[in-house]
Amino acid sequence: MYAYDEIDRTLVNERVSEFRDQVQRRLSGELTEDEFKMLRLQNGVYLQLHAYMFRVAIPYGTLASNQLRQLAHVARKYDRGYGHFTTRQNIQFNWIKLSDLPDALADLAEVGIHAMQTSGNNMRNVTSDQWAGVAPGEIEDPRIWSELIRQHTTLHPEFSFLPRKFKIAITASDHDRAAIKVHDIGLRLIKNEKGETGFEVLVGGGLGRTPFIGKTIKHFVHGRDLLSYIEAILRVYNQYGRRDNIYKARIKILVHELGIEKFSREVEEEWQHIRNSSLQIDDEVIEDIRSRFIYPAYEKLPHMPDELRQAAADPDFEAWRKNSVTSHKNPGYSIVTISLKPIGAPPGDATAEQMDALADLADKYSFGEIRVGHEQNLALPHVAKRDLPALWKALDKLGLATPNVNLITDIIACPGLDYCSLANARSIPIAQELTRRFANHELANLIGRLHINISGCINACGHHHVGHIGILGVEKNGEEVYQITIGGRADENAALGNLIGPGVKFDEVADVVEDIVEAYLALRERPEELFVDTVKRLGVEPFKERVYATR
Amino acid sequence: MPLVNGGKIVADGFVKLAVDTPLPEGGDILVPAERFLSDADALLKRSGKIGVIWPNNRDIAELVPYLGKIAVVALVFPSFRDGRAYSQARLLRERYNYRGELRATGQVLRDQFVFMLRAGFDSFEVKKQADAEAFMQTAKRYSVFYQPTGDGRITALHRRMQLRHSEGVGT
Amino acid sequence: MTSPLQQKLKIAGSSVVTANRTWDGVVVYRTAAKGWSADLADAAIVRNSDEAKALLAEAVADDVGAIGPYIAPVQIGEDGKIVPGNLREQIRHDGVTIDLPV
Repeated sequence: MYAYDEIDRTLVNERVSEFRDQVQRRLSGELTEDEFKMLRLQNGVYLQLHAYMFRVAIPYGTLASNQLRQLAHVARKYDRGYGHFTTRQNIQFNWIKLSDLPDALADLAEVGIHAMQTSGNNMRNVTSDQWAGVAPGEIEDPRIWSELIRQHTTLHPEFSFLPRKFKIAITASDHDRAAIKVHDIGLRLIKNEKGETGFEVLVGGGLGRTPFIGKTIKHFVHGRDLLSYIEAILRVYNQYGRRDNIYKARIKILVHELGIEKFSREVEEEWQHIRNSSLQIDDEVIEDIRSRFIYPAYEKLPHMPDELRQAAADPDFEAWRKNSVTSHKNPGYSIVTISLKPIGAPPGDATAEQMDALADLADKYSFGEIRVGHEQNLALPHVAKRDLPALWKALDKLGLATPNVNLITDIIACPGLDYCSLANARSIPIAQELTRRFANHELANLIGRLHINISGCINACGHHHVGHIGILGVEKNGEEVYQITIGGRADENAALGNLIGPGVKFDEVADVVEDIVEAYLALRERPEELFVDTVKRLGVEPFKERVYATR
Repeated sequence: MPLVNGGKIVADGFVKLAVDTPLPEGGDILVPAERFLSDADALLKRSGKIGVIWPNNRDIAELVPYLGKIAVVALVFPSFRDGRAYSQARLLRERYNYRGELRATGQVLRDQFVFMLRAGFDSFEVKKQADAEAFMQTAKRYSVFYQPTGDGRITALHRRMQLRHSEGVGT
Repeated sequence: MTSPLQQKLKIAGSSVVTANRTWDGVVVYRTAAKGWSADLADAAIVRNSDEAKALLAEAVADDVGAIGPYIAPVQIGEDGKIVPGNLREQIRHDGVTIDLPV
């Protein structure tokens, strides 16, 4: 956990008071909607189909139990009793009143949570690996650097009115759980030959209308130069990024139009001017931030306690353990992923009761800490192995022990046309139907790792391009039509999926996915060959044939 | 449009000239970049002070040879959503050491004052009278700043380092 | 951004002007009495582009009352009941098509 000090708290409170004034000026008519729109977006307030939507930042996906309880409180007091976790480690409330927002923000500020820059054309919430600090084999905790970037990008005087939004993600493990290759800037923490911390910097990744995989702009930027290098990229982007067309305004288009070589020369030139400035970070600053991350006092515990041995007799427990429990860097502990994808439910939603109960469980079993992952699931990062059976029972009672993490029913989906004013088609009912089709746990296990990602429009909040199976909803002649891609992935081997053929109607999507999965089961060389690897080996054709032969 | 300078609403002593307005004999003038660059020597020889209105899509480095001789650089916000002039302002102050008046023009609203001050602006052609009147109050809204800029305000990181060191002395 | 008033208005059949109420975001419809109502039955119906333009202009002018007004299609049943004319408007009127978690 990062503990806010008086300085951080003061800033958040000052922001709340500024926003209270802005809302008041809007409600009195002093500000027009045109003027206010950008101000509310900079504070995470959208207007959706039914109401305002309020997006709260969970920097690098780390939450304390008291913070989760406060999110539950906001859901209950100002909204309809639930929240929705997003693919960028944020939480959204769907039914909030503009007039209540300043109070909701003030309540969140009490526990050091805010909504700054969760929307708007500025630097968004910095995301990271949800297992940061606990993943075995991690080089070092990327959240120290995430926090440094969070502070640096918050209310930045030069970069709060960029051509378009700007997203940064950091990973420090070989396996990329932060999807850094589809971010405006992706940072991979590495060590140089002297053992010093630095970053491989990728730029220009992104999804949306024009998807790109990020390109490496620099193989090693020393940790002390991280802020100046990011500042240089942003300065080039702020000046030269396109502002004439919203669909061409992201940095990926600038990188694409200039070419990575020319773009990196521009950045390099700018960087040389500023790298030896006050942006240079000395070790003491890093140490100061590191010192405010509180790590649990782990006990020395057996890696195979009796409790675990006994519980192994229960097949339901075992199914959950094998699916949702992962190795921790400390052998007596585990990381527990909490699926927010129960069969038939909207992906990523949690009720206030579930949030409160999870906060209690985190206090009891995970040193009061909860994580949020971009897959729209939560995690308890420090669970002693002896506590796993008790935790499982408690989670199961709450409907939070569905053993489907990384399986076909662990679907990423945007809110779609049920909520979103940009959407052209619904996403959630498609996800719900698919989870029902593959509800059988043995079947889902037989299929193995398979990510389905669903977006209700081309803006791609559901990351459909990088789903093993990607589903994009569009509107055609007043009807919802879905385009299906296969072979995408969001990890260290990130790739964009390929279209399998013409779009299909709402009612046909689940059938088509079933066909694709049946084709995969017939085509895979051996059970261990993952869906995405079979697609890589064989291409789209055999799947296309199977799907369209009878249609 | 009220002009705020030194935190107060003041009279604007400069007359804005278009590209083709005849040059007045004396008095302080603000001229568009294009006009200034095409006739800089003559304009600089006039008796009155001269300022330049610089568009946000032109490289500010072109103005560098003249910075010692001009009294005002006016940067433009064609829309409050267009933030290019923030970069130009910081470059002028922090890289090119411009010390004259740096004026924000165009869509200048209350909610940008703090950003503008931090980027180095010290005068503001404010769109709304009420915003101009609220300038001092708005400028004091924040006491914590995370980024170092040329405005000299102490950053949060620095403050923490100072605290660490002062605590360190006692132990 | 193109203002809604500059957009070309093609009206196919009956339409209303709809928006979201500023203070709470609730879906509202422009009424003939120059106000807003959360009840579609109260909406002023327009049937050609001149009427639509006039109603929209009046709605846009009320920036404090509601946000982002636009023309939306409706259907009018034999009993005179007004119903939304497409899926998006149906969802805005009837709510989400899924069961809420609570």
